[in-house]
Amino acid sequence: MPTAHRPFPLKRAILGACAALPLLTAGTFAAAAFAADAPPVTLRMVPQADLKILDPMFTTNYVTRNFGYLVYDTLFGQDSHGVAKPQMVERYSRSEDGLTWHFTLRPGLAFHDGSPVRAADCVASLRRWAARDNYGRAMTAAGAEWRVDDAEDGGRNFTLTLKKPFGLVLEALSKVSGMIPVIMPEKLAEQSPSQPVTEVDGSGPYMFKRDEWVPGSKVVFVRNPHYAGRTDDPDFLSGNRTGRIDRIEWIYLPDANSATAALTTGEVDMLELVPPDYIGPLRADGDVRVVEGGAYQANLIVNQLHPPFDNPKIRQAVLHAVNQEAVVAAMGYPPDLRLAHCASFFICGGANDTAAGSEPYRKPDPALAKRLLDEAGYKGEPVVVLLPTDYASLNAAALVAIQTLKSIGMTVTVQSMDWATLVARRAKKDPPASGGWSVYVTQAATFDANSPINNFMLGAACGNGMPGWPCDEALDGLRADWIRAGTPEERRARLDGFQERAYQVVPYVPLGQFSAAFAIRKDVKHADRLWGDVPQLWMLDKAAGAP
Amino acid sequence: MRHLLNRVAATLPVMAVVAVLVFLLIHLSPGDPAALIAGDTASADDIARLHAALGLDRPLWSQFLLWAGRLAQGDLGTSIFTHVPVSRLLAQRVEPTLSIALLTMTLAVAASIPLGVLAAHMAGRWVDRLVMLFAVLAFSVPVFLVGYLLIYGFAITLGWLPVQGYVPLSKGVGPWLSHLILPCVNLSLVYTALLTRMTRATVLDVLHEDHIRTARAKGLGVVAVLGHALRCAAIPIVTTIGVGIAFLIGGVVVTETVFAIPGIGRLVIDSVQRHDYPVIQSVLLLSAGLYVLVNLLIDLSYRLFDPRIRA
Repeated sequence: MPTAHRPFPLKRAILGACAALPLLTAGTFAAAAFAADAPPVTLRMVPQADLKILDPMFTTNYVTRNFGYLVYDTLFGQDSHGVAKPQMVERYSRSEDGLTWHFTLRPGLAFHDGSPVRAADCVASLRRWAARDNYGRAMTAAGAEWRVDDAEDGGRNFTLTLKKPFGLVLEALSKVSGMIPVIMPEKLAEQSPSQPVTEVDGSGPYMFKRDEWVPGSKVVFVRNPHYAGRTDDPDFLSGNRTGRIDRIEWIYLPDANSATAALTTGEVDMLELVPPDYIGPLRADGDVRVVEGGAYQANLIVNQLHPPFDNPKIRQAVLHAVNQEAVVAAMGYPPDLRLAHCASFFICGGANDTAAGSEPYRKPDPALAKRLLDEAGYKGEPVVVLLPTDYASLNAAALVAIQTLKSIGMTVTVQSMDWATLVARRAKKDPPASGGWSVYVTQAATFDANSPINNFMLGAACGNGMPGWPCDEALDGLRADWIRAGTPEERRARLDGFQERAYQVVPYVPLGQFSAAFAIRKDVKHADRLWGDVPQLWMLDKAAGAP
Repeated sequence: MRHLLNRVAATLPVMAVVAVLVFLLIHLSPGDPAALIAGDTASADDIARLHAALGLDRPLWSQFLLWAGRLAQGDLGTSIFTHVPVSRLLAQRVEPTLSIALLTMTLAVAASIPLGVLAAHMAGRWVDRLVMLFAVLAFSVPVFLVGYLLIYGFAITLGWLPVQGYVPLSKGVGPWLSHLILPCVNLSLVYTALLTRMTRATVLDVLHEDHIRTARAKGLGVVAVLGHALRCAAIPIVTTIGVGIAFLIGGVVVTETVFAIPGIGRLVIDSVQRHDYPVIQSVLLLSAGLYVLVNLLIDLSYRLFDPRIRA
């Protein structure tokens, strides 16, 4: 049916437009104001543990290390290929003999309080770090001295001099885990290294919000608007570490079930460490991505001060009896995240992966283990096992280890305790029958195991302070040789000899390798760029207005 | 007033004994905070230096006197791990804990008193049996299991309420309440069961007394009779409510953990796990003081309900 044509109501349209103009203008301003007041884009992550200590140069706790990478910066940062790349450093030079190094900081670096980062801050920080860290101590043993150069270039130059060759200067300054060499203001770095620094003032991509910190529950960071990032792309801990997310909240959820539920409903965006039992259910969640988050090794630490494990043959016997596949399966890791056997003390699949010396131990051989025990003269001395009750995966690994020891005829006494008590107990050097211990299970992440210097459990200097107290001059000498090597090729050549000796003296018993996993919601961008077990939260992004 | 002052004075030796016991129990239990702080690579010398820095190398009596002296001046000390003053740690947790305690007890009282009175009135009939069945179930099923079921039902499946966390009241009643409903419903089930049974039993006893029979014979209505009976039965009910509030304020670890509420219970557990002595000592002492205070208030409240005590 044709419709009747009506003339366009021009007068009414003009009047309407005039009336709408103020409304449109008001609306535009309101929208602008709303945008200005828009809530910050926030990423909520459940960390693997609660943050207690704020000084990454004081403790080896992973949560403190991760805190350190958010609020502090480092002179060098490792990329995903393990190469040390300049981070705070603009340029550096090395003398031909490798004993003198000059460093120049990038211009424009500033701490969160606005003061510039100076060479004096770097020198004080590195001295503090050297007093505590294994790399730092090794450098000190090589005669390392840090010195601020003349105040040219605005006090950005400093020098390292060594008395003996030390081939790992850049590796040390880009150390990923353990006590990391972060740069803090001189006044903080000069505090006693016997106690952690409690004030936080870094030059990293995020600023710590102390006023919103609820120990045991929440840690808040906001983006550092003045962070001077590099221009090259971010790659693991190197490159441009400028934060994309406005605000990061670490929500500590001690109950794994609640943490998983919170991720499922979108109340949190990421679980830094998924408990093994929850990997399967989260993989089935269409909104969540579960990603491999770095390799770990489980280890049986043995007390070498007292019988029976003061005898290397008995340690070898246990090594022959261990079924690594059974241990890591009991810990709950799915088949694709565990290895049936790892022959390397330095992370299988890593840069220092080697099978040297492992041939006799490839397959579990309880019969051989029993024969070795007999040959070693084992007379049924009790083996006191410290069993952690509040650490599910280690508890499971320890139970398998207990069964293994029993299966070869060892007399086992199990003492159950929480992890805090275990940590105190393991420092005791008394005989097992007098309040000491014989064995306990622990684990180490990639960057605490992937080289003779990072793997502190292989430090066999007699009289050392490591629980277990391994003592073997030959192994310690091989470690020193490896550290002294000037090039990666030389180090690689010396690695096999070191591991062969380790398999002979067995400073600890490797129990197997598995990969941890983190879980992240799919609406978080760039999760595919994460690498290793350090959460590089500065790389992540979320759409504005996302929950 | 004199009675009140006497009661307050009587609590002081109790608190002193509690302080000594708490201190000794914590320090004599195995575990070393310095070893935990120092981490895996620390040598014995590192740990010893940390002991000295934290004052843990002093004799036990010296550490006790130092702590007690500071406590007398109102200084609760500082956490060994976080270096945050204990008073601040407590202040951060008071609001969530009080919110949980009060809302839980409000829900429990609102549900249990009518249910208990109804069960007593209908004693032996199917209503009574149904109420008692609910009470037995609510009291017997583990709190964490109910918590997980509530999360699964109302947070994951229906999406009505959040899984975890606490939002301060200052950020709005809606968000505050939405984060409290599940944990408080979870906890209130236990207290509802307890109070319902208590109310039923005491009201039932009173209903068999002569004065109630007389009131009924005079033609007083059911509601008025039950009102009288409830008042006569109030003392054990009020005692249970008071102890329940003290327990809730002292910390409900399981519920706080399942719903990730940063309350006093989690503070205590975290501190115990790490042997953070100043925090454990202060929080446990305050909890003990709270119990003493609540007991005092309960005693005083008896005078409101029973004229014989007033006399």
